[in-house]
Amino acid sequence: MSAVGHVPVNEHPHDDHHHEGNFFTKYIFSMDHKVIAKQYLFTALFMGIIGIAMSIFFRMQLAWPSESFKIFEIFLGKWAPGGVMSQEVYLALVTIHGTIMVFFVLTQGLSGTFSNLLIPLQIGARDMASGFMNMLSYWLFFLSCIIMLSSLFVESGAASAGWTIYPPLSALPQAIGGSGLGMTLWLVSMAIFIASSLLGSLNYIVTVINLRTKGLSMTRLPLTIWALFVTAIIGVVSFPVLLSAALMLIMDRSFGTSFFLSDIYIGGEVLHYQGGSPILFEHLFWFLGHPEVYIVILPAMGIASEILATNSRKPIFGYRAMIASILGIAFLSTIVWGHHMFVSGMNPFLGSVFTFTTLLIAIPSAVKAFNWITTIWKGNLQMNPSMLFSIGFVSTFITGGLTGLVLGDSTLDINVHDTYFVVAHFHLVMGISALYGMFAGIYHWFPKMFGRMMNKNLGYIHFWITIIGAYGVFFPMHFVGMAGLPRRYYDNTAFPYFDDLLEINVLITIFAIITALVQLVFLYNFIHSIIAGKKATANPWNSNSLEWTTPVEPIHGNWPGEIPHVYRWPYDYSKTNEKGEYVIAGQDYAPQNVPLQEGEEELNH
Amino acid sequence: MTVFLIIIVVALFAITVWQLTRIFQLSRNTNTLDSSQIANDKDNKTQGNLMLAFGIAFYIFMLYNFWSFGDRALPAASSEHGEEYDNLLLITMAVIMFVQVITQGLLHYFAFKYKGKKGQKALFFADNDKLEFVWTIIPVIVLAGLIIYGLFTWSDIMDIDEEDDPIVVELYAKQFSWIARYAGKDNVLGKANVRFIEPSNPLGIDNSDPYALDDVVTAEIHLPVDRPVLFKMRSQDVLHSAYFPHFRAQMNVVPGMITQFAFTPTVTTDAINETEYMRDKVARINEIRREKNEELVALGEEPLTDYDNFEYYLLCNKICGVAHYNMQMKVVVETEEEFNVWMAEQEEYSETLGDLIGAKKDRKSTGEELAQVEN
Ligand code: HEM
Ligand SMILES: [Cu+2]
Ligand SMILES: [Cu+2]
Repeated sequence: MSAVGHVPVNEHPHDDHHHEGNFFTKYIFSMDHKVIAKQYLFTALFMGIIGIAMSIFFRMQLAWPSESFKIFEIFLGKWAPGGVMSQEVYLALVTIHGTIMVFFVLTQGLSGTFSNLLIPLQIGARDMASGFMNMLSYWLFFLSCIIMLSSLFVESGAASAGWTIYPPLSALPQAIGGSGLGMTLWLVSMAIFIASSLLGSLNYIVTVINLRTKGLSMTRLPLTIWALFVTAIIGVVSFPVLLSAALMLIMDRSFGTSFFLSDIYIGGEVLHYQGGSPILFEHLFWFLGHPEVYIVILPAMGIASEILATNSRKPIFGYRAMIASILGIAFLSTIVWGHHMFVSGMNPFLGSVFTFTTLLIAIPSAVKAFNWITTIWKGNLQMNPSMLFSIGFVSTFITGGLTGLVLGDSTLDINVHDTYFVVAHFHLVMGISALYGMFAGIYHWFPKMFGRMMNKNLGYIHFWITIIGAYGVFFPMHFVGMAGLPRRYYDNTAFPYFDDLLEINVLITIFAIITALVQLVFLYNFIHSIIAGKKATANPWNSNSLEWTTPVEPIHGNWPGEIPHVYRWPYDYSKTNEKGEYVIAGQDYAPQNVPLQEGEEELNH
Repeated sequence: MTVFLIIIVVALFAITVWQLTRIFQLSRNTNTLDSSQIANDKDNKTQGNLMLAFGIAFYIFMLYNFWSFGDRALPAASSEHGEEYDNLLLITMAVIMFVQVITQGLLHYFAFKYKGKKGQKALFFADNDKLEFVWTIIPVIVLAGLIIYGLFTWSDIMDIDEEDDPIVVELYAKQFSWIARYAGKDNVLGKANVRFIEPSNPLGIDNSDPYALDDVVTAEIHLPVDRPVLFKMRSQDVLHSAYFPHFRAQMNVVPGMITQFAFTPTVTTDAINETEYMRDKVARINEIRREKNEELVALGEEPLTDYDNFEYYLLCNKICGVAHYNMQMKVVVETEEEFNVWMAEQEEYSETLGDLIGAKKDRKSTGEELAQVEN
């Protein structure tokens, strides 16, 4: 891939050799980035249904401890004797819920779907740099999903040591049933997932660097591309570290090494392990784990930036600051992992360093939040569902991000570490925010993916109930944490002190059930619109970026003729000339492929 | 409360279903190309207004949470450094809520104020160095303040000063219980290792270490008030975490190494039970338990016991297996005299050891006798 500068290697459309092929090459083993994007999206949504259903199950146990439910009996079988959830399966559900939501839904649902869809379309490329690698990446992802799901049916139980799989718990089947075959499958699945993610990320990086169309300099890229590009870089830097941790854990488990284990007495005998350190694992895990939350949130930030600007009919405020903060966040995200380990027993001096870097990362995050708010100020806001979700994104990102000031401060973390305060924090800032980013992206680019529109009224219902429900779940949860309730507790009624939290837990669970049910409205809308939605116009949101210059019916190679050239940045919304008129008469936007008009200046943004 | 919520759920669902059917009717004719699914002025207006309504409702909801759940938060700290902790937490929370109220207000207000209308012109406003500088520098200053305060407190807490003559206590963790070992008169813990573990020596104490002889192994922690205590922590199997929420203290317990945390308890168990906070809390919990008991009795089940008195506790706060949720130990803070009385009642390890050796000898001699009889 040594193509020079901005000249795309595949300059001509592929109509010379038709890729029609048969059903298999067109829809299953497709190398077309648009098809692969959809495959990622469908798979992620499917995994999302499972992950969210799991959270409802364990929330029910927390609200109505040890009560018998028919659905537990149906879905959990032997793990819920008499319909009462067992302790084992509670931990398994929590673990697999966390794993699925973070990696399989939000990482690939956002980065996988939107990198594939948007990178070629927004930079003016016919496809990804390597279509084959791209296809391989998806199928490895698919395989890892299958393995992860199959681990749910293992006799001794699925992985149950929390999504952070700290050894020794995750290493010793004697310590918990889920650390037997279930954990092996978890590790294999994640190793394949990482391979998939690396293949994908390398492809995204190369494509953005090499295949931009003529005129599309880095400072004219839409923020979505910046975000996806930097996300891919973070992935390449940090995922291999998780892979090495997983490999070492596999060796400790199966080949008798002692990387993470030492001095263990369990099941009536002393094990042979000597000299390893669980803290080493924590370092390796969080070296990926922390960047991972930015891998999840950066694409959502990019999507929200793009959608807020388009629907405000205003340029994004502080374009360069937005890029700088993406880069700043990306850099800092690799040196803050220790804030998950303040009380792990590592040297307290290290804790001070990590407090410092962690609070530093608050600065670019704050800048972004202010810039989004300024972007909608004095706009002409078009309240499409995607816009609502983007505004919701800013709201939850702020609410969740602010409590990071508590958790990032080593002193304050002492007493809230591993309590529900943390669960509330990361769900808002990462889980819910990223989910909103994903929904925003789906509503916005649905016409690009399927040539049809999603129903807006259903979108409104979906948005309002979701935002009310999500805040209803996670805002009160802070108070549960402030009461000192640890997370990953199967039951909070083992002693009386927490009895008065039950009321809050019931409230939370009811909100969770509402929120989960309203996602069915989304699913219905999504599926129904694919089949029978209103036909979309080429540029329904009057947007500037290049993807809207392609025909409504997607074709292989994206543009029927020449690839458009780019003459301006993507945020010329409501730009006026000296006379106070729009630069292009009669429309409040100037697409990137439209040359500068007479007398128009290209501002140095 | 619950009934109320269930009504809301049902109502929301009814609305959803009703809307669904309406939308279904409207969208019969699908293959037409139109812009009906793009927000128009009417949608902008409705949704903009809803944004404002939501912003206000969100404020109310936050207030409601503070109002009705605020009292669930932990009581004022019962340790010396805990005061600093609470102070820092209060300041940080104030900053957080201040920023939260302002930014959420602006966000939702703007969404309402600038909702789209045909003919309305958005302001082309792409950049403003001054503004951006201001809102970079403000977080920098606020954060610098928080960082500095936080770091001083952190090094205070973590810097363990052996000069203060702390009581040394080992916290020993295993699935799923805690054991405490006081260092005894010499205030030095005897050596220990998992390789010495036997049914009669669950902590793996090295019997040949003379420092071990006066150690005292207990199933509860008692602490004299106002005297520093240094916990040295050991785990025999997996990670655990020693969490003393009321003392603002937590440290992971890691197999293969010794971790530590020191603090000075300042409020005795008796004293905290006298506080208004704790009396309310205990009363509230008893009320809940009484209600629950009515149900239980109606079902013919065993009623719960009353919660007569608050006791401090130590919890496990790192997932450690199926009974992680039920791994706790009682902590009693008392006056120096009470502590000394309690301590005098405990058995020193040498005594335990003596009993053991005695027991072994007994067994051995009976064994010999038996052997002789057989001959
Ligand atoms: C209806 C929505 C959701 C509900 C009600 C929910 C609820 C919960 C709760 C209560 C826990 C903590 C359980 C415990 O520690 O005992 C948890 C764990 C977790 N959730 Fe969610 N969650 C939801 C959606 C999400 C989303 C969207 C994400 C995406 C990031 C997510 C990621 C996680 C993770 C990473 C954990 C930690 C798992 C672990 O401790 O091993 N959740 N969830
Ligand atoms: Cu982190
Ligand atoms: Cu434990």
